[in-house]
Amino acid sequence: MSSPEAKLVCRNIWKLFGHRAAEKLSEMGGNPSLEDISAAELVSAVRNVDLTVNEGEIFVIMGLSGSGKSTLVRCLSRLVEPTAGEILFHGTNLLAATETEMIEIRRHKMGMVFQHFALLPHMTVLNNVAFPLEIQGIGRDEREHRARDMITLVGLAGREDSYPRELSGGQQQRVGIARSLAVEPELWFLDEPFSALDPLIRREMQDEFIRLQSVLKKTIVFITHDFDEAIRLADRIAIMKDGEIVQSGTPEDIVLNPATDYVEEFTRAVPRAKVVRVASVMKPASGGAPEKEVSDRSTVSDAAALFLDGAERLRVNSADGSLVGILHKSDVVDLMLRG
Amino acid sequence: MSELPDAKIPTQAQAVWRNGAFGLGLAIICFVLFSTYGKSLAPWAFSFPKTQTFPVARWISQFTKWLINDATFGLFTFTDLTRFIAAVIDLPYQIALSLFATGFMSGPGSSAVQLLPPISWIAVIAIVGLMGFYIGGRRLALVVASCFVFIAVFGQWTSAMVTLASILVAVPLGIAGGLFLGIGAYRWKWLERALLPLLDLMQTIPVFAYLVPILFLFGFGATAAVVATLIYAMPPMTRVTMLALQRVMPEVRDLGNMIGCTRRQMMWRVLLPSAKESLMVGVNQVIMLSLNMVIIASMIGAGGLGFDVLAALRRLDFGAGLEAGLAIVALAIALDRLSQAFAGSSAATGNRSSRGLIARHPYLAASFLVVIVSGFLGLAFPAVQSYPEMLQISTGTFWSQVVKWINVNFFDALEAFKNTLLLNILIPFKRLLLGLPWAGVVVFLAISGWLLRGPKLALLTGALSFLIAATGQWEKAMITVYLCGISVLFAALIGIPIAIMAAERDRLWGWVRLAIDTLQTLPSFVYLMPAVMLFRVGDFTAMIAVVAYSVAPAIRYTVLGIQGVDPRLVEAGRAMGCTNLQLLTRIKLKLALPEVLLGLNQTIMFALSMLVITALVGTRDLGQEVYIALTKADPGRGLVAGLAVAFIAIIADRLISAGAFRARARLGLQEGAQ
Repeated sequence: MSSPEAKLVCRNIWKLFGHRAAEKLSEMGGNPSLEDISAAELVSAVRNVDLTVNEGEIFVIMGLSGSGKSTLVRCLSRLVEPTAGEILFHGTNLLAATETEMIEIRRHKMGMVFQHFALLPHMTVLNNVAFPLEIQGIGRDEREHRARDMITLVGLAGREDSYPRELSGGQQQRVGIARSLAVEPELWFLDEPFSALDPLIRREMQDEFIRLQSVLKKTIVFITHDFDEAIRLADRIAIMKDGEIVQSGTPEDIVLNPATDYVEEFTRAVPRAKVVRVASVMKPASGGAPEKEVSDRSTVSDAAALFLDGAERLRVNSADGSLVGILHKSDVVDLMLRG
Repeated sequence: MSELPDAKIPTQAQAVWRNGAFGLGLAIICFVLFSTYGKSLAPWAFSFPKTQTFPVARWISQFTKWLINDATFGLFTFTDLTRFIAAVIDLPYQIALSLFATGFMSGPGSSAVQLLPPISWIAVIAIVGLMGFYIGGRRLALVVASCFVFIAVFGQWTSAMVTLASILVAVPLGIAGGLFLGIGAYRWKWLERALLPLLDLMQTIPVFAYLVPILFLFGFGATAAVVATLIYAMPPMTRVTMLALQRVMPEVRDLGNMIGCTRRQMMWRVLLPSAKESLMVGVNQVIMLSLNMVIIASMIGAGGLGFDVLAALRRLDFGAGLEAGLAIVALAIALDRLSQAFAGSSAATGNRSSRGLIARHPYLAASFLVVIVSGFLGLAFPAVQSYPEMLQISTGTFWSQVVKWINVNFFDALEAFKNTLLLNILIPFKRLLLGLPWAGVVVFLAISGWLLRGPKLALLTGALSFLIAATGQWEKAMITVYLCGISVLFAALIGIPIAIMAAERDRLWGWVRLAIDTLQTLPSFVYLMPAVMLFRVGDFTAMIAVVAYSVAPAIRYTVLGIQGVDPRLVEAGRAMGCTNLQLLTRIKLKLALPEVLLGLNQTIMFALSMLVITALVGTRDLGQEVYIALTKADPGRGLVAGLAVAFIAIIADRLISAGAFRARARLGLQEGAQ
């Protein structure tokens, strides 16, 4: 497997609030404990975070409220100034960028979707979506043309002249998504984009998001407090608690091997078959391969349906179509019975 | 039941509260003992030694003289600066005045020839009607147009247009000034820190106090009046702008940063438009305050309705004063409704289309058409140009007759009522306050500040009250406190029961609210007239006027407080079997206490601002001092007395706010009590 290109790399990100936070942090040796921090009369939001987001992947940062996930994502775009650390975007350190450079980077390379939509109430849908382009000084015809494309992409064609207050929550967030995509960002931040929506709409928007990503193939940092949403959408997940990342890995890794009791607490209610991939359960290919086949990237629960017609074994193919193993019905049943 | 929320507070806080109450009790006992027996021990504590007073008034007067005669910024003198400001204001004012009231004239003085007549009354009504229709539909158009028709019918048209011209100049300047100051304070922390105490002071210092310096700097006339209006109306806009910008959702600010806004884009494209709704509250405030100033501004040269009211007051012509006053109210209602509807409508957001100029702005085009057509018609038919005198109605004599009739028939009853209150309540209370040692009061205020909030507040209350004594105004200040205190007491005694009755009866509350809204739009001078008519001049008359003016906030805040009580708690009380009386006294009033305290605070502020105006009916307090300074054109004396009134207001405000804060914290309604 070729190693994917790292788009965004963070090293030792710290965010502490309080008087002289940066000086105190270096006085404490750069890696203080929670007790040290509160003894220094500081409040910690993000502690010693390392993470790498690869080209074209959905990287989900999951944590409960107060875990520092929103602050972390704002550190990544320097909406919040990190107290210490290094953020490499395409290999250049964002923390060394000047104000003007940062404005340029945000204008052209980053997009963000907000929990409460942050639509401007005095503008129509069209103008809201075109607004980032207008700020860049792009002429009306071009920006409206691009905005219309984005509005069509998110399925809101026909509502261009509505005002935000005339739209439902789900529709408003579609506008937010269209606006963040209008500048064709390389790095797409979504800060709890679906948390303010009803459960049914949320599900619909997640499907929409998966559909969009299959077309766009963006590099995504997605924030959520919903573990089910995280495993549903993520290529990789980082779980945060008290400002630290307690575990990161693929959904499968995390569900099968939770690193701490805290993580296990989340994974307990997740049906294994929905997360575990066929590749983890299959046996080595021996003897004749059966006719029916399944991709090694499918989840076990997807594969389970193929046994309905009485088959006992499935041929497991890798992405290039070559045989990599055999999936036995008994293993599938076993996994599903374990929950 | 009231213990229920109490349980949330840590016992330590309760202990502090008890200690506080104990300390306060001890302080009161010491204070009473000292006031009764201390006069022979320490006479200096009772009247401030005359030789020790700070001659602040003289300093200010000298400073003003220096400003006018000698101050220079190198390239230009201070007088040049004021002349420049005057010119900036005067030009648009002259244009507005010609447009609405006098017409465009050419030639000197009385031999001037009218080149163009002013906009006809029909055209003005048509234009405001069209504006109403454009912003808020037919209903608004009808309300606004009938306000102006009212003005025409009662024969106030010319005066009203003079007033409108000055409002049309003052309001945009006030909005722009407040907006820029607010933006500056939002951007630069140091400016905010400098502005906040100044804004507090500007809101409490009586307007009279800065009329004199303005007179000195700008002379007598409409320009000076507009400057005074600006100074009065700008602080709320500044404050509203600061608050509105701070309250923009953090996500919206993040959005601005995320799409790479520059600072200017962030302010003008993202923050200000998002804050539009709150900003419009400020705009509305500027309009209302400018109208409030109309009468006071006429003391330094504004003509129009304000002058009419003032003149009527001086010759005690109740009817004429009432009519001019009501015309101000009509103007206020029209402008208030228009600006409020504008805030709520989407008409403010422009629609773009590539049609022709006239098609794009049908309302503007129609207005122009009406002005031109009525202008030409006016040349042929004078009735189109100005409202025919024959059709004017005057109720002035009617009202004067009513007052006369009351006086003839009820004179004895009114006198008896007045004398009973004066002899049994007002005078004893006044004697009590005047007998208090200033040093004792200063210490007492400092201790109260300490117990309610801490050393900072103690320092503030102590220092401000000491300054009042040290500038030799203790006695007058005590008369102010006495009049204010007694009026607030009566306002509370009248207002709170009304509020309790109205709070749970929607229909009644509708009527009461209409009544207090009207009371608040009436120019404060109008209150004076019936009081003077019935009770002649003196403290009692002043008190009646102050009570009438300040009862509105007492009612409003109490109702808000009672209505704001968590319905679940009321339900819980009912489930426990409380009677209605128990519900009221044990739950609602207790939980509404912080709001009631804030209402009391507002009542005091209203009372103080009205009290200064009652100087016109012969009180002997600080207000009179300010008023005398105005007639004698003595800037120092007026400012010092005005500042003393502001200090009283600030002391009362801070102590009561601290009390309300404490009450809130005790009820668990607010986090982070100190």
